[in-house]
Amino acid sequence: MKPPPFEYHAPATVDEVCALLGSLEDAKVLAGGQSLIPLLNFRLARPAHLVDINRVDGADRIYERDGGVAVQALARQAAVEDSELVARVCPLVVDALRLVAHRVIRNRGTVCGSIAHADPASELPAVLLALGGHVVARSTRGERTIPAAELFAGVFETALAQDELLVEAWFPASGKPSAILEESRRHGDFALAGVVRAGDRLALFGVAPTPVLADPRDPGRGLKPSGDLEATPDFRIHLVRALSEKAFAA
Amino acid sequence: MRVNGVDHPVPHDARRLLADHLRHDLKLTGTHVGCEHGVCGCCTVLLDGAPVRSCLMLAVQAEGHDVTTIEGLARDGKPLHPVQQAFHDAHGLQCGFCTPGFVMSVVGLLAQHPEPTAEEIDEGIAGNLCRCTGYASIRRAVRLAAELSR
Repeated sequence: MKPPPFEYHAPATVDEVCALLGSLEDAKVLAGGQSLIPLLNFRLARPAHLVDINRVDGADRIYERDGGVAVQALARQAAVEDSELVARVCPLVVDALRLVAHRVIRNRGTVCGSIAHADPASELPAVLLALGGHVVARSTRGERTIPAAELFAGVFETALAQDELLVEAWFPASGKPSAILEESRRHGDFALAGVVRAGDRLALFGVAPTPVLADPRDPGRGLKPSGDLEATPDFRIHLVRALSEKAFAA
Repeated sequence: MRVNGVDHPVPHDARRLLADHLRHDLKLTGTHVGCEHGVCGCCTVLLDGAPVRSCLMLAVQAEGHDVTTIEGLARDGKPLHPVQQAFHDAHGLQCGFCTPGFVMSVVGLLAQHPEPTAEEIDEGIAGNLCRCTGYASIRRAVRLAAELSR
Protein backbone atom coordinates (compact mmCIF):
# COMPACT_ATOMS: atom_id res chain seq x y z
CA MET A 1 0.00 0.00 0.00
CA LYS A 2 1.42 3.36 -0.93
CA PRO A 3 -0.88 5.74 0.94
CA PRO A 4 -0.68 5.75 4.75
CA PRO A 5 -3.69 4.38 6.64
CA PHE A 6 -6.81 6.54 6.72
CA GLU A 7 -10.49 6.09 7.29
CA TYR A 8 -12.46 6.52 4.08
CA HIS A 9 -15.80 8.32 3.93
CA ALA A 10 -17.96 8.65 0.83
CA PRO A 11 -20.89 10.94 1.64
CA ALA A 12 -23.67 11.49 -0.92
CA THR A 13 -24.70 15.08 -0.19
CA VAL A 14 -22.98 18.39 0.58
CA ASP A 15 -24.75 18.42 3.97
CA GLU A 16 -23.24 15.03 4.81
CA VAL A 17 -19.81 16.28 3.73
CA CYS A 18 -20.15 19.28 6.04
CA ALA A 19 -21.38 17.12 8.92
CA LEU A 20 -18.35 14.85 8.53
CA LEU A 21 -15.91 17.76 8.26
CA GLY A 22 -17.50 19.27 11.35
CA SER A 23 -17.22 16.12 13.45
CA LEU A 24 -13.97 14.44 12.34
CA GLU A 25 -10.52 15.32 13.59
CA ASP A 26 -7.83 15.70 10.93
CA ALA A 27 -9.96 15.14 7.81
CA LYS A 28 -9.01 16.03 4.24
CA VAL A 29 -11.41 16.48 1.33
CA LEU A 30 -10.68 14.25 -1.65
CA ALA A 31 -11.95 15.78 -4.91
CA GLY A 32 -9.98 15.09 -8.12
CA GLY A 33 -7.06 13.73 -6.12
CA GLN A 34 -4.44 14.87 -8.61
CA SER A 35 -2.48 16.69 -5.90
CA LEU A 36 -3.67 14.92 -2.74
CA ILE A 37 -3.07 11.33 -3.89
CA PRO A 38 0.58 12.00 -4.89
CA LEU A 39 1.05 13.54 -1.44
CA LEU A 40 -0.45 10.39 0.10
CA ASN A 41 1.65 8.13 -2.13
CA PHE A 42 4.78 9.95 -0.96
CA ARG A 43 3.40 9.90 2.58
CA LEU A 44 3.93 13.63 2.79
CA ALA A 45 0.29 13.90 3.92
CA ARG A 46 -1.13 11.58 6.58
CA PRO A 47 -4.70 12.63 7.24
CA ALA A 48 -6.67 10.43 9.64
CA HIS A 49 -9.79 10.71 7.49
CA LEU A 50 -10.45 11.16 3.79
CA VAL A 51 -13.82 12.61 2.87
CA ASP A 52 -14.34 11.67 -0.78
CA ILE A 53 -16.82 14.11 -2.37
CA ASN A 54 -16.92 12.33 -5.74
CA ARG A 55 -20.24 10.63 -4.94
CA VAL A 56 -22.01 13.89 -4.16
CA ASP A 57 -24.68 14.44 -6.81
CA GLY A 58 -25.23 17.75 -8.53
CA ALA A 59 -22.04 19.44 -7.29
CA ASP A 60 -20.38 19.73 -10.69
CA ARG A 61 -22.33 22.59 -12.27
CA ILE A 62 -20.72 25.37 -14.28
CA TYR A 63 -23.14 28.30 -14.54
CA GLU A 64 -23.42 32.02 -15.13
CA ARG A 65 -23.81 34.12 -12.00
CA ASP A 66 -23.53 37.87 -11.34
CA GLY A 67 -21.89 38.53 -14.69
CA GLY A 68 -19.24 35.86 -14.17
CA VAL A 69 -18.88 32.10 -14.06
CA ALA A 70 -19.45 29.93 -11.02
CA VAL A 71 -17.71 26.55 -10.93
CA GLN A 72 -18.87 24.01 -8.36
CA ALA A 73 -16.66 21.74 -6.29
CA LEU A 74 -16.75 18.68 -8.53
CA ALA A 75 -16.54 20.35 -11.94
CA ARG A 76 -13.52 18.73 -13.61
CA GLN A 77 -10.90 20.97 -15.14
CA ALA A 78 -11.46 19.32 -18.54
CA ALA A 79 -15.20 20.12 -18.38
CA VAL A 80 -14.48 23.75 -17.54
CA GLU A 81 -11.87 23.90 -20.31
CA ASP A 82 -14.47 22.63 -22.82
CA SER A 83 -17.35 24.77 -21.51
CA GLU A 84 -18.77 27.18 -24.10
CA LEU A 85 -20.04 29.37 -21.29
CA VAL A 86 -16.58 29.73 -19.75
CA ALA A 87 -15.03 30.35 -23.19
CA ARG A 88 -17.54 33.15 -23.78
CA VAL A 89 -17.63 34.82 -20.37
CA CYS A 90 -14.21 34.11 -18.92
CA PRO A 91 -11.78 32.90 -21.61
CA LEU A 92 -8.85 33.64 -19.28
CA VAL A 93 -9.84 30.58 -17.24
CA VAL A 94 -9.69 28.41 -20.37
CA ASP A 95 -6.24 29.83 -21.24
CA ALA A 96 -5.08 29.08 -17.71
CA LEU A 97 -6.43 25.52 -17.68
CA ARG A 98 -4.46 24.66 -20.82
CA LEU A 99 -1.33 25.32 -18.74
CA VAL A 100 -2.46 23.09 -15.85
CA ALA A 101 -0.59 19.78 -16.09
CA HIS A 102 -1.93 17.64 -18.96
CA ARG A 103 -5.35 16.80 -20.34
CA VAL A 104 -5.32 13.35 -18.69
CA ILE A 105 -4.78 15.03 -15.31
CA ARG A 106 -7.45 17.64 -16.08
CA ASN A 107 -9.95 14.86 -16.84
CA ARG A 108 -9.92 14.13 -13.14
CA GLY A 109 -8.65 17.27 -11.41
CA THR A 110 -11.09 19.95 -10.29
CA VAL A 111 -10.91 23.75 -10.47
CA CYS A 112 -12.04 24.14 -6.85
CA GLY A 113 -9.52 21.52 -5.72
CA SER A 114 -6.65 23.46 -7.31
CA ILE A 115 -7.78 26.60 -5.52
CA ALA A 116 -8.21 24.90 -2.15
CA HIS A 117 -4.83 23.18 -2.53
CA ALA A 118 -3.24 26.64 -3.00
CA ASP A 119 0.05 25.61 -4.53
CA PRO A 120 1.99 28.89 -4.86
CA ALA A 121 3.07 27.97 -8.41
CA SER A 122 -0.35 26.98 -9.71
CA GLU A 123 -2.28 28.99 -12.25
CA LEU A 124 -5.90 29.02 -11.07
CA PRO A 125 -5.36 30.75 -7.70
CA ALA A 126 -3.52 33.56 -9.52
CA VAL A 127 -6.33 33.85 -12.07
CA LEU A 128 -8.92 34.08 -9.28
CA LEU A 129 -6.81 36.79 -7.61
CA ALA A 130 -6.17 38.78 -10.80
CA LEU A 131 -9.88 38.79 -11.67
CA GLY A 132 -10.96 39.62 -8.13
CA GLY A 133 -13.12 36.52 -7.82
CA HIS A 134 -14.23 34.72 -4.69
CA VAL A 135 -15.03 31.29 -3.31
CA VAL A 136 -18.05 30.10 -1.37
CA ALA A 137 -17.27 27.99 1.70
CA ARG A 138 -19.88 25.93 3.50
CA SER A 139 -19.93 24.24 6.88
CA THR A 140 -22.58 23.19 9.39
CA ARG A 141 -22.20 26.74 10.75
CA GLY A 142 -23.42 28.22 7.48
CA GLU A 143 -22.10 29.62 4.25
CA ARG A 144 -19.68 32.47 3.67
CA THR A 145 -18.00 34.17 0.75
CA ILE A 146 -14.23 34.60 0.83
CA PRO A 147 -12.74 37.10 -1.65
CA ALA A 148 -9.62 35.85 -3.45
CA ALA A 149 -7.57 38.61 -1.82
CA GLU A 150 -8.33 37.11 1.62
CA LEU A 151 -8.22 33.44 0.64
CA PHE A 152 -4.56 32.60 0.16
CA ALA A 153 -2.72 32.57 3.47
CA GLY A 154 0.56 30.80 2.74
CA VAL A 155 2.17 27.85 0.97
CA PHE A 156 -0.68 25.30 0.61
CA GLU A 157 -2.65 27.35 3.16
CA THR A 158 -5.98 29.10 2.78
CA ALA A 159 -8.46 30.92 4.98
CA LEU A 160 -10.78 27.89 4.77
CA ALA A 161 -11.47 26.44 8.22
CA GLN A 162 -11.00 22.72 8.93
CA ASP A 163 -14.75 22.12 8.81
CA GLU A 164 -15.42 24.08 5.62
CA LEU A 165 -15.94 22.75 2.11
CA LEU A 166 -15.12 24.99 -0.84
CA VAL A 167 -18.41 24.52 -2.69
CA GLU A 168 -17.96 27.03 -5.48
CA ALA A 169 -15.43 29.33 -7.10
CA TRP A 170 -16.67 32.44 -8.88
CA PHE A 171 -14.67 34.08 -11.66
CA PRO A 172 -15.75 37.54 -12.88
CA ALA A 173 -15.92 37.99 -16.67
CA SER A 174 -12.50 38.46 -18.25
CA GLY A 175 -13.66 40.72 -21.07
CA LYS A 176 -10.91 43.32 -20.95
CA PRO A 177 -7.45 42.46 -22.32
CA SER A 178 -6.37 39.38 -20.46
CA ALA A 179 -3.48 36.96 -20.66
CA ILE A 180 -1.67 34.29 -18.69
CA LEU A 181 2.01 33.66 -19.41
CA GLU A 182 4.42 31.37 -17.60
CA GLU A 183 7.83 29.81 -17.96
CA SER A 184 8.42 26.18 -17.04
CA ARG A 185 11.18 23.69 -17.78
CA ARG A 186 8.86 21.23 -19.44
CA HIS A 187 5.34 21.57 -20.81
CA GLY A 188 2.85 20.83 -18.04
CA ASP A 189 5.31 21.35 -15.19
CA PHE A 190 4.66 23.82 -12.43
CA ALA A 191 5.85 27.25 -13.52
CA LEU A 192 9.16 28.76 -12.41
CA ALA A 193 7.25 32.02 -12.55
CA GLY A 194 4.05 33.21 -14.16
CA VAL A 195 1.92 36.30 -14.65
CA VAL A 196 -1.80 36.85 -15.12
CA ARG A 197 -3.11 40.05 -16.66
CA ALA A 198 -6.77 40.93 -16.21
CA GLY A 199 -7.35 44.38 -17.63
CA ASP A 200 -5.12 46.72 -15.63
CA ARG A 201 -4.54 44.18 -12.87
CA LEU A 202 -1.52 41.93 -12.62
CA ALA A 203 -1.12 38.83 -10.46
CA LEU A 204 2.06 36.79 -10.14
CA PHE A 205 2.52 33.14 -9.26
CA GLY A 206 5.49 30.94 -8.40
CA VAL A 207 7.41 33.84 -6.84
CA ALA A 208 5.94 34.11 -3.33
CA PRO A 209 4.22 31.85 -0.76
CA THR A 210 0.88 32.81 -2.34
CA PRO A 211 -0.18 34.39 -5.62
CA VAL A 212 0.32 38.16 -5.28
CA LEU A 213 -0.98 41.28 -6.95
CA ALA A 214 1.73 43.52 -8.41
CA ASP A 215 2.13 46.93 -9.97
CA PRO A 216 2.31 46.45 -13.76
CA ARG A 217 4.78 49.38 -14.00
CA ASP A 218 7.22 47.69 -11.61
CA PRO A 219 6.18 44.05 -11.21
CA GLY A 220 9.40 42.90 -9.55
CA ARG A 221 9.30 45.43 -6.73
CA GLY A 222 9.49 43.95 -3.25
CA LEU A 223 9.57 40.36 -4.48
CA LYS A 224 11.70 37.88 -2.58
CA PRO A 225 11.20 34.61 -4.45
CA SER A 226 12.99 31.50 -3.26
CA GLY A 227 15.70 29.84 -5.30
CA ASP A 228 16.04 26.18 -6.15
CA LEU A 229 17.88 23.95 -8.63
CA GLU A 230 15.70 25.17 -11.47
CA ALA A 231 15.80 28.93 -10.97
CA THR A 232 17.60 31.47 -8.81
CA PRO A 233 15.62 34.28 -7.12
CA ASP A 234 17.09 36.80 -9.59
CA PHE A 235 16.07 34.69 -12.56
CA ARG A 236 12.51 34.45 -11.22
CA ILE A 237 12.34 38.24 -10.87
CA HIS A 238 13.72 38.57 -14.39
CA LEU A 239 10.98 36.23 -15.65
CA VAL A 240 8.28 38.21 -13.86
CA ARG A 241 9.47 41.44 -15.49
CA ALA A 242 9.81 39.92 -18.95
CA LEU A 243 6.48 38.08 -18.84
CA SER A 244 4.63 41.12 -17.46
CA GLU A 245 6.00 43.30 -20.24
CA LYS A 246 4.81 40.74 -22.78
CA ALA A 247 1.38 40.47 -21.15
CA PHE A 248 0.88 44.24 -21.21
CA ALA A 249 2.27 44.69 -24.73
CA ALA A 250 -0.70 42.84 -26.21
CA MET B 1 -16.85 -1.66 -10.85
CA ARG B 2 -16.78 -2.87 -14.41
CA VAL B 3 -13.33 -3.63 -15.83
CA ASN B 4 -13.10 -4.42 -19.55
CA GLY B 5 -16.77 -5.38 -19.55
CA VAL B 6 -16.64 -7.65 -16.49
CA ASP B 7 -18.09 -6.69 -13.10
CA HIS B 8 -15.75 -6.90 -10.11
CA PRO B 9 -16.23 -6.02 -6.45
CA VAL B 10 -14.09 -3.13 -5.21
CA PRO B 11 -11.33 -3.99 -2.73
CA HIS B 12 -12.08 -3.76 0.99
CA ASP B 13 -9.05 -1.64 1.74
CA ALA B 14 -9.66 1.95 0.66
CA ARG B 15 -5.90 2.48 0.50
CA ARG B 16 -5.61 0.26 -2.58
CA LEU B 17 -4.76 2.42 -5.60
CA LEU B 18 -6.64 1.61 -8.79
CA ALA B 19 -3.32 0.82 -10.55
CA ASP B 20 -2.33 -1.68 -7.86
CA HIS B 21 -5.80 -3.20 -7.76
CA LEU B 22 -5.74 -3.80 -11.53
CA ARG B 23 -2.27 -5.32 -11.43
CA HIS B 24 -2.16 -7.25 -8.18
CA ASP B 25 -5.79 -8.23 -7.54
CA LEU B 26 -7.18 -8.54 -11.07
CA LYS B 27 -3.83 -9.62 -12.59
CA LEU B 28 -4.22 -7.12 -15.43
CA THR B 29 -0.52 -6.40 -15.62
CA GLY B 30 -0.75 -4.57 -18.95
CA THR B 31 -1.28 -1.37 -16.98
CA HIS B 32 2.26 -0.38 -16.06
CA VAL B 33 3.34 1.58 -13.03
CA GLY B 34 6.28 3.96 -13.34
CA CYS B 35 6.48 7.02 -11.13
CA GLU B 36 3.34 6.40 -9.04
CA HIS B 37 2.66 10.09 -8.67
CA GLY B 38 1.08 11.08 -11.94
CA VAL B 39 4.07 12.26 -13.96
CA CYS B 40 5.03 9.42 -16.32
CA GLY B 41 1.63 8.41 -17.70
CA CYS B 42 2.39 4.66 -17.84
CA CYS B 43 -0.64 3.73 -15.73
CA THR B 44 -3.20 5.60 -17.86
CA VAL B 45 -6.54 3.78 -18.21
CA LEU B 46 -9.97 4.87 -19.42
CA LEU B 47 -12.53 5.77 -16.77
CA ASP B 48 -15.97 5.98 -18.40
CA GLY B 49 -14.15 6.47 -21.69
CA ALA B 50 -11.79 9.29 -20.65
CA PRO B 51 -8.10 8.67 -19.91
CA VAL B 52 -7.05 9.08 -16.26
CA ARG B 53 -4.04 8.13 -14.15
CA SER B 54 -4.84 4.90 -12.29
CA CYS B 55 -2.07 5.66 -9.76
CA LEU B 56 -3.92 8.83 -8.73
CA MET B 57 -7.21 7.15 -7.92
CA LEU B 58 -8.30 4.86 -5.15
CA ALA B 59 -9.80 1.63 -6.45
CA VAL B 60 -12.91 2.21 -4.31
CA GLN B 61 -13.52 5.40 -6.28
CA ALA B 62 -14.10 3.32 -9.42
CA GLU B 63 -17.20 1.72 -7.85
CA GLY B 64 -20.09 2.11 -10.28
CA HIS B 65 -17.75 3.19 -13.08
CA ASP B 66 -16.46 1.62 -16.25
CA VAL B 67 -12.70 1.02 -16.44
CA THR B 68 -10.93 0.02 -19.65
CA THR B 69 -7.33 -1.15 -19.56
CA ILE B 70 -5.02 -1.99 -22.45
CA GLU B 71 -6.29 -5.59 -22.20
CA GLY B 72 -9.80 -4.34 -22.95
CA LEU B 73 -9.00 -2.71 -26.30
CA ALA B 74 -8.68 -5.94 -28.31
CA ARG B 75 -10.01 -8.99 -26.52
CA ASP B 76 -10.21 -12.70 -27.26
CA GLY B 77 -7.95 -12.75 -30.31
CA LYS B 78 -9.88 -9.98 -32.06
CA PRO B 79 -7.91 -7.63 -34.36
CA LEU B 80 -5.85 -4.96 -32.64
CA HIS B 81 -7.47 -1.63 -31.84
CA PRO B 82 -6.58 0.97 -34.52
CA VAL B 83 -4.30 2.79 -32.06
CA GLN B 84 -2.47 -0.45 -31.22
CA GLN B 85 -2.19 -1.31 -34.91
CA ALA B 86 -0.80 2.15 -35.66
CA PHE B 87 1.84 1.91 -32.91
CA HIS B 88 2.83 -1.48 -34.37
CA ASP B 89 2.96 -0.28 -37.97
CA ALA B 90 4.71 3.03 -37.26
CA HIS B 91 7.22 1.56 -34.77
CA GLY B 92 5.77 3.73 -32.04
CA LEU B 93 7.42 1.60 -29.36
CA GLN B 94 10.77 0.12 -28.50
CA CYS B 95 11.03 -1.37 -25.02
CA GLY B 96 7.26 -1.15 -24.58
CA PHE B 97 7.12 -0.07 -20.96
CA CYS B 98 5.38 3.24 -21.65
CA THR B 99 3.27 1.88 -24.52
CA PRO B 100 0.05 0.90 -22.72
CA GLY B 101 -0.14 4.38 -21.20
CA PHE B 102 0.52 6.05 -24.55
CA VAL B 103 -2.10 3.92 -26.28
CA MET B 104 -4.77 4.75 -23.69
CA SER B 105 -3.91 8.47 -23.81
CA VAL B 106 -4.08 8.44 -27.61
CA VAL B 107 -7.46 6.68 -27.55
CA GLY B 108 -8.65 9.61 -25.42
CA LEU B 109 -6.93 12.16 -27.65
CA LEU B 110 -8.59 10.82 -30.81
CA ALA B 111 -11.98 10.73 -29.11
CA GLN B 112 -11.53 14.46 -28.39
CA HIS B 113 -9.81 15.34 -31.69
CA PRO B 114 -10.54 12.71 -34.39
CA GLU B 115 -8.28 14.60 -36.81
CA PRO B 116 -5.65 16.11 -34.55
CA THR B 117 -3.28 18.85 -35.68
CA ALA B 118 0.45 18.48 -35.00
CA GLU B 119 0.01 20.77 -32.01
CA GLU B 120 -2.92 18.74 -30.65
CA ILE B 121 -0.87 15.55 -31.01
CA ASP B 122 2.02 17.05 -29.02
CA GLU B 123 -0.41 18.35 -26.41
CA GLY B 124 -2.14 14.96 -26.25
CA ILE B 125 1.01 12.93 -25.66
CA ALA B 126 2.88 15.50 -23.53
CA GLY B 127 1.75 13.80 -20.34
CA ASN B 128 3.40 10.50 -21.23
CA LEU B 129 7.12 9.90 -20.97
CA CYS B 130 9.06 7.64 -23.34
CA ARG B 131 12.79 7.11 -22.87
CA CYS B 132 13.40 5.09 -26.06
CA THR B 133 11.77 6.48 -29.16
CA GLY B 134 12.48 10.19 -29.04
CA TYR B 135 8.74 10.60 -29.76
CA ALA B 136 9.07 11.03 -33.56
CA SER B 137 7.71 7.56 -34.28
CA ILE B 138 5.00 8.03 -31.67
CA ARG B 139 3.83 11.20 -33.42
CA ARG B 140 3.71 9.23 -36.67
CA ALA B 141 1.78 6.46 -34.92
CA VAL B 142 -0.83 8.97 -33.70
CA ARG B 143 -1.29 10.37 -37.21
CA LEU B 144 -1.63 6.84 -38.58
CA ALA B 145 -4.06 5.91 -35.80
CA ALA B 146 -6.26 8.86 -36.79
CA GLU B 147 -6.28 7.59 -40.38
CA LEU B 148 -7.00 4.00 -39.36
CA SER B 149 -9.82 5.16 -37.08
CA ARG B 150 -11.71 6.92 -39.87
